[in-house]
Amino acid sequence: MIGFRTLLYKELLRFWKVGFQTVAAPVLSALLYLLIFSHVLDEHVLVNGVRYAAFLIPGLVMMSLVQNAFANSSSSLIQSKITGSVVFVLLPPISYVEFFLAYVVAAVLRGLMVGLGVLVVTSWFAPLTYVAPLWILAFAILGGGILGAFGMIAGIWADKFDQLAGFQNFLIMPLTMLSGVFYSIHSLPQFWQQVSHLNPVFYMIDGFRYGFFGVSDVPPETSLIVVGASFLVVSVATLMLLRSGYKLRS
Amino acid sequence: MSVAVSIEQVEKRFGRLKALDGVSLQIDEGEFFGLLGPNGAGKTTLISCLAGLVRPDAGRLSVLGRDVVADYRAARTLLGIVPQELVFDPFFSVRETLRIQSGYFGIRNNDDWIDEILANLDLTSRADTNMRRLSGGMKRRVLVAQALVHKPPVIVLDEPTAGVDVELRQGLWQFVQRLNREGHTVILTTHYLEEAEALCGRIAMLKQGRVVALDTTSNLLARFAGHTLSVCLADNALLPEPLRGRATLSEGRWVFRLAGFAEIEPLLRTLREAGCGIDDLRLTQADLEDVFVGVMQGENDRESGKVADVSR
Ligand SMILES: Nc1ncnc2c1ncn2[C@@H]1O[C@H](COP(=O)(O)OP(=O)(O)O)[C@@H](O)[C@H]1O
Ligand SMILES: [Mg+2]
Repeated sequence: MIGFRTLLYKELLRFWKVGFQTVAAPVLSALLYLLIFSHVLDEHVLVNGVRYAAFLIPGLVMMSLVQNAFANSSSSLIQSKITGSVVFVLLPPISYVEFFLAYVVAAVLRGLMVGLGVLVVTSWFAPLTYVAPLWILAFAILGGGILGAFGMIAGIWADKFDQLAGFQNFLIMPLTMLSGVFYSIHSLPQFWQQVSHLNPVFYMIDGFRYGFFGVSDVPPETSLIVVGASFLVVSVATLMLLRSGYKLRS
Repeated sequence: MSVAVSIEQVEKRFGRLKALDGVSLQIDEGEFFGLLGPNGAGKTTLISCLAGLVRPDAGRLSVLGRDVVADYRAARTLLGIVPQELVFDPFFSVRETLRIQSGYFGIRNNDDWIDEILANLDLTSRADTNMRRLSGGMKRRVLVAQALVHKPPVIVLDEPTAGVDVELRQGLWQFVQRLNREGHTVILTTHYLEEAEALCGRIAMLKQGRVVALDTTSNLLARFAGHTLSVCLADNALLPEPLRGRATLSEGRWVFRLAGFAEIEPLLRTLREAGCGIDDLRLTQADLEDVFVGVMQGENDRESGKVADVSR
């Protein structure tokens, strides 16, 4: 238990010590997205009866949250692999379950911290409601958990920073950007709506947004099931990878 | 006395390379044990198997009776490993590094022991320095400190003095010897054979993943390299007839290579009977360097012999 708590503390300290990069920078980018898109669109567009700027905010919060959760666990692992300092966590009597939990919880906390930051700075620009706060929290935690665990897989698999950057640029970015952050998928042609339904990030954002406005593209229960199931699948995959010792214990 | 480390028939392949080819060793509690061998012999791989960083393909390893796979938590708690690579976490200071490492081993409030380790390794003044700012030798000592935070009964040092200057090496060895006297088992790999000779009670030599010599340091020195007897004869006399050809003349001294101490008496008798006076006489022991070269050379011969057998 102390082993797990120490690993979690170390992971939190790691990003907090460079908080300018790991928390402040993503909050600033999200704010820029909001300023640009809402300036262009806010006066003309209502989405599901919500003004565009307000509609955009939960999407931006969730996008920042999941991207940073992924970045946290993946970059921590690859850094410690490349510098070799990963032995410090492989030599002690820490079980793979504790290992998994420490990295995922740290990723979720970093995600929540960034998400809260985005929410605080953007909510100045549009009135928000919080219809169902528990749904907000549930999707935030599960979304961060999925991407945090996925980041572990990527960080364990990748041998070089470019491979990780490839993961981030060609998978995580498209999945989050094309998930309905910037639009309601009902505004898409039929084919792209169906494609969007295959993207788990879409459900994270749709369910998360439901918590604010009480309206969503699909019922929030459906989203919760999809997101919960995704979390289970990714977690089990990560745990199996850790148990096998893949790329960590040769 | 119980067994600190038991290694039974351990094999490990990396692709087509057989890094460990059936290694068996038993190291008793309280020993100061040396693991020697040329680069690539498999020393680090063996240590990594013990530490759970590498999974052996066959064989078993245990630390104080705890299997390193089945009972890995207990085994790892009993082990303190100083890795060969000079690794560090650039985010933290020396003290933070040691506190965190203590936590990984389930220990909180470890500052008293941390202070003691820091003092013994001459790092007290660097306690709050970031790891990035330390010299190579200091980083190496922090690695040693990290391995000791949980007072492990078995300490394994993989080339701990590589890149550490002479003065600090002395300090490090004093500390490690003290820990050994206090009951910790110490396993050491090093490239400095004089260090192994001075420190280790028993030595295993590894070559291409196999143990090619295993004995107490003194037996190895006696058995493999033997002793030399050098005499300085009065009046620069020549050796009597029966002894010519058995000695070489070096700086006015006749040097005999001895296979055993039993050769000394007849040799002296022959000199006495021939009426040679002795001005000076010295018995010297060959050092571990000679043993090492001898063992590795012997292995080469044996191997080429094997090849010849096969081709016949
Ligand atoms: N992870 C690995 N993958 C492939 N080969 C390895 C790996 N680790 C060690 N080896 C090889 O195994 C052999 C033994 O290496 P090592 O145990 O580091 O030797 P030593 O520590 O005695 O110098 C070497 O030939 C080395 O190249
Ligand atoms: Mg080595």
